[in-house]
Parts: sequence; C-alpha cells; structure tokens
Amino acid sequence: MNIVVCVKHVPDATGDRRFESDNTVDRVGVDGLLSELDEYAVEQALQIKEKSGSPEETKVIALSVGPEKAVDAVRKALQMGADEGVHVTDEAIAGSDYIATSLVLAKAIEKISQDKGQADLVMCGMASTDASGSVVPAMLAERLNLPQVTFASVVETQGDQVRVKRDSDTATEVIGGTMPLVLSVTDQTGEARYPSFKGIMAAKKKPLEVWSLSDLGVDAGEVGLSVAWSEVEDTTERPPRTAGEIVKDEDGSGAAALTDFLASKKFI
Amino acid sequence: MSEVLVVVDHVDGAIRKPTLELLAIAKRLGEPAAVFFGGSDKAGEVSEKLKAFGADKIYVVDDAEIKGYLVAPKAEALQQLVEKAGEGGVAAVLFVSGYEGKEVAARLAIKIESGLITDAVDVEADGGAPVTTQSVFAGNYTVKAKVTKGTPIITVKPNSTSPVEEAGAGTVEEFSATISDAAKTAQIVAQQPRKASGRPELTEAAIVVSGGRGTGGNFEPIEGLADALGAAVGASRAAVDSGWMPHTFQVGQTGKTVSPQLYVANGISGAIQHRAGMQTSKTIVAVNKDDEAPIFELVDFGVVGDLHSVLPAATEKINERKN
Ligand SMILES: Cc1cc2nc3c(=O)[nH]c(=O)nc-3n(C[C@H](O)[C@H](O)[C@H](O)COP(=O)(O)OP(=O)(O)OC[C@H]3O[C@@H](n4cnc5c(N)ncnc54)[C@H](O)[C@@H]3O)c2cc1C
Ligand SMILES: Nc1ncnc2c1ncn2[C@@H]1O[C@H](COP(=O)(O)O)[C@@H](O)[C@H]1O
Repeated sequence: MNIVVCVKHVPDATGDRRFESDNTVDRVGVDGLLSELDEYAVEQALQIKEKSGSPEETKVIALSVGPEKAVDAVRKALQMGADEGVHVTDEAIAGSDYIATSLVLAKAIEKISQDKGQADLVMCGMASTDASGSVVPAMLAERLNLPQVTFASVVETQGDQVRVKRDSDTATEVIGGTMPLVLSVTDQTGEARYPSFKGIMAAKKKPLEVWSLSDLGVDAGEVGLSVAWSEVEDTTERPPRTAGEIVKDEDGSGAAALTDFLASKKFI
Repeated sequence: MSEVLVVVDHVDGAIRKPTLELLAIAKRLGEPAAVFFGGSDKAGEVSEKLKAFGADKIYVVDDAEIKGYLVAPKAEALQQLVEKAGEGGVAAVLFVSGYEGKEVAARLAIKIESGLITDAVDVEADGGAPVTTQSVFAGNYTVKAKVTKGTPIITVKPNSTSPVEEAGAGTVEEFSATISDAAKTAQIVAQQPRKASGRPELTEAAIVVSGGRGTGGNFEPIEGLADALGAAVGASRAAVDSGWMPHTFQVGQTGKTVSPQLYVANGISGAIQHRAGMQTSKTIVAVNKDDEAPIFELVDFGVVGDLHSVLPAATEKINERKN
C-alpha cells in the first residue's frame, strides 16, 4: 500500500507573518515550518502503516509543493517516520492560489502513482495554518476523481475500507469509503510524535526527490500569481487594539468593576 | 439582473441563521436565489422563510437520492444549475463557511473553472463584481480580494452581516439534477444530530463567555456568567483536550471563529491559535490570575484575579441589576 501525505511548509504562526508588496504571503523572509496541522496527517499515516498487517509493504510518501525552503517540511515528515519524500518546486509556482496548488499536487500524486505504485490513500491536514482554506483536499478528490473522507477526528482502516468519525457543525457522523481515496484529519486525531534522534539520523538516508513543473508535464502558464483565479487587491495590518483598562481584584473589587464595565457598555 | 445562488444550510428543514445573512449579502450583488437540498415535503415551509428574507427564487433539489453521501453530489447539482443559467446567468455562488460549505465550494470551483474565496467576513458589490473582506493571520491582517475568473464562489463566515427581513419574489422551482455514481462514493454511514444546549449557538451569539485551563475543569462559573448575560459558552483547546468540554465548544484556529459583540475569556492565556478564533470580537474582556497573560494585550477590560471568585460574584451582581 502507498500513502501519500500532503505536507505544507508555512510561516511560523508564533512569529511575524506578513505579505509581500505584491500581496502574496511572504514565505521567504520569515521563519517557516511543517504546518502543525499536517503533522497530524503524518501521524495518522504512520499509524495506518504500523497497524497494517504488513508495515514493510506500506510506503508513506511525504509530498510538498512550495519554495526551496519547503523541503524542510518534507524532511520533518521523514524524520517522523515517512519512508520517502517528494518536493515539487519551481519559480513559476510562486503566488499560486488553491486552484493551481491543487493542480500541481494532483499531477504529482499521479506521477507518484506511476513511478512508485498506486497511491491508495492521499492524506492531508484539515487546513493549512496560513491559508486556513480547508479546500485543497476536496479539490484533490475532484481532480483525481476519488472519494473524499474529510475532517476525520478518529480514523479506522481495515483492508481497503476507511471509516472515520467527523464532527460537523450540526451532527457527529461516521463516514466510510473504499480506497483509493482522499482522507483529511483534524487535530482531534491525537498528538503527533516527535522525531527521535534515530529518526533524524535515518531521515538523512531516505530518498527525497525534487521535481519541477516540467517533470509533471504542467505548463508554467497554468500556475502562479499571474493566472490565479482570484486576486488580493489590498492587505492591511490590523491596528493594534488600544490598551484596555486592567484592574486587580482585591477583596472582591474585581467583580464590581467588571459588572460596572459590562453595564457601561449596555451588556446588562 | 443575474442570480446569486445561496446554498441553504439547514438541519431537516430548519434553516440556520447564517443562510439568512447570505441572502442579505446576495441582495447586494444581484437577485438572491436560494438552493435548498432537502426533502420535497419540507420545501413549502422552507421557501416561505427564504422568501421572507429576500429570496427571489428558490431552487428545490430533492435530496432523497444523495443525502447519504458527502459533498460531491451537491457540487455536481450546483454545476448543473450554474450551467443551465448560461453565461452571466449566475453572478456568484455563496456558501456558509463550514466543513461542508467549503468543500462543496472547492469542488464546484474546479468543475466550473471559477475562482474561490473562503472565509469572507464581508462582501460588497463593486460595479456588480463582489469584493470580499477576509481576516487572516489570526486576525492580524485584513485582506480585500476579488475573483478574476469564472463565476465567483465565496464562502462567508457566520455573523458577517445581519439578516434583512424584506420579502423577495419567492418563486419556487424544482430542479432535478443528474448525479453520477462516481459522486456517490463517500458514504455517510451514521449521523447523530447534536443535542441543543439551550444556550445561543456559539457562532451566532452576541455574547460568548469562554473558559480555559484556568477553570481547572469546573465550568460552573463560566456557565453561570453566560446564563446571566444570555451568552453562549466557549472553551480553549486546552479545556477541550482535557475532556472538560466537547470539541464543538472550542474557539480558535481548529475550532470555531466567533466575532460577537462581547467575548469574555476566563482562565485563557491567549495563545495565537486561540486569538485566531476571537480576535475580531467587538469588545474583549478577560479574567486571568496572571497579569502577564498575553490575553491582556487584547482586552478592553481585564481583571487580574481568580476566576473562581470573580465570576460567581460578578454573576450575582449582574443578576441583581437585572431584577
Ligand atoms: C495547530 C494548533 C491548533 C490549535 N488550535 C487551537 C484552537 O483552535 N483553540 C485554542 O484555544 N487553542 C488552540 N491551540 C492551542 C493553543 O496553542 C494553546 O495551547 C491553548 O489555547 C491554551 O489554552 P488555555 O489558554 O486554556 O491554557 P493555558 O495556556 O494553560 O492558559 C491557562 C491560563 O489560565 C490562567 N489561570 C489559571 N488558573 C486561573 C484561575 N483560577 N483564575 C484565572 N485564571 C487562571 C493562567 O494564568 C493561564 O493564563 C492550537 C495549537 C496548535 C499547535
Ligand atoms: N503547498 C502544499 N503542499 C502540500 N500540501 C498542501 C499544500 N497546500 C495544501 N496542502 C494540503 O492540503 C491541506 C489543506 O490545505 P488548505 O486547503 O490550504 O487549508 C493541508 O493541510 C495540506 O495537507
């Protein structure tokens, strides 16, 4: 069995995140890392491999589309335990929207299936921590004509059957499908493992391929900022909130002050 | 004028409030045309309500054949609706930002080769073309964007505008879509509707009172204050991960985004992922015993103190004032 895990390299949310002058996300001048939400996908992929009757016959392949630095996201997945990595990078991809990103990912998954054997599971995080779109997995399912079993909070597989629990807005659901399919997982699936020292050493020897658009047969004119189907016209930093009033609670004075504040704002 | 499709978010025919907000937005862009996937038996009652909030047209797509499957069939049906209207016939397609809305929108975007914008908090018309406002990077940036190809597909966050009760023409039309077998592959094996809490819905509430790790697992002070203020209850991920509250109460990046008039954070430190879900609230109040907690950088009013004593005392005072 082959499991492809889509991992995105994103600006660190606890650092400075900003835009370039062309209104694209600054991915080069800021610290980046493997999107934390994709770590859960790597973790679940590894668990599916470990629980399968024949782990040695299951390959977990980490796939990332992004600038040069994005290879770090693939490396981290290898350190966690993925078997192989693929990094698709090309100048032309910069500034791509969801549509183009999903196109490149889909083509890469097709190539993986050709070169390394069919991708039975395409796994994703629930959202990228920068774009927060939660749309790429559904787009991949659409492009690859695969079933989509998404936003899983609990994952179970048995043979080629996948069953997941999903907490939608109004109901708790059980969703099922037959492989090959696209599976996205939430941060409710359970803590992702840290790379061990052994894992970090082993990762250095694992195969990591770097592909360009021409390797995928994608025309540079199909991707990138200039052909994006949506356009950011303007980005503005939110003005910092003006400092509020902070009181210390002494002998119950806090409750009275809080009540007065709420009343002054007509919340009572 | 062109139609603006509004995909109706409902539970068994009970329309959820964000759909009514979408109708108000649709009105700014063209003729609001609601698309109801559901049982034909509910169509009458549903159409009345949609009409009352501005729908000029209501497409009823009977879902008997597709309701057991996730996402893909709805995208197919919408593709057929858009294609039937022909070039320029549909000015935009609006969805409520939620798991399903976003994913149907995503698949539709690929099918009809149109640009997609997710999580808009406002949509305005600029000479007919929708311009969206989004709040990104945990609310630190405001972004304005436009779709430049095809029929704009936009998912809008709940609470982005107020519903407008002004009747539309309300013409009802049955639409029978042809759904391929390939779209019926992700099966909904079981479904358990969530029990109503008796409190306002988190994403719709005007006031949200949240608790974090600082509650130590005792949410009584949080619930007491929430009830005194008529508020919804929320939680940080630490509180959810500890098993104190169900995940549906979580506010933040991987939970709900709320933007109420008043947000009260109690025993919550204010991590960036939590802020992502509440930073755009109009007024922010925090109770925390650590005067250096980052949440205090956001507040309009803060109390440095123990929530277990401050909240019950405040609740009592509020209840007194109300009487
Ligand atoms: C990918 C990712 C996604 C995440 N998504 C979310 C999300 O959606 N939502 C979310 O909330 N978090 C999310 N987190 C977690 C986030 O980083 C924080 O860990 C979390 O928000 C902390 O919750 P907390 O503030 O309740 O707990 P803590 O950070 O432990 O803070 C507890 C606070 O309570 C105060 N306190 C303690 N006792 C009392 C008392 N008696 N009275 C008053 N104050 C008291 C303390 O001073 C402290 O400030 C995410 C993290 C990651 C990596
Ligand atoms: N550039 C990318 N490279 C690899 N995977 C990606 C990329 N963009 C998105 N994904 C995957 O799609 C998921 C959802 O992304 P998004 O729709 O951007 O929120 C992520 O959690 C990843 O698993």
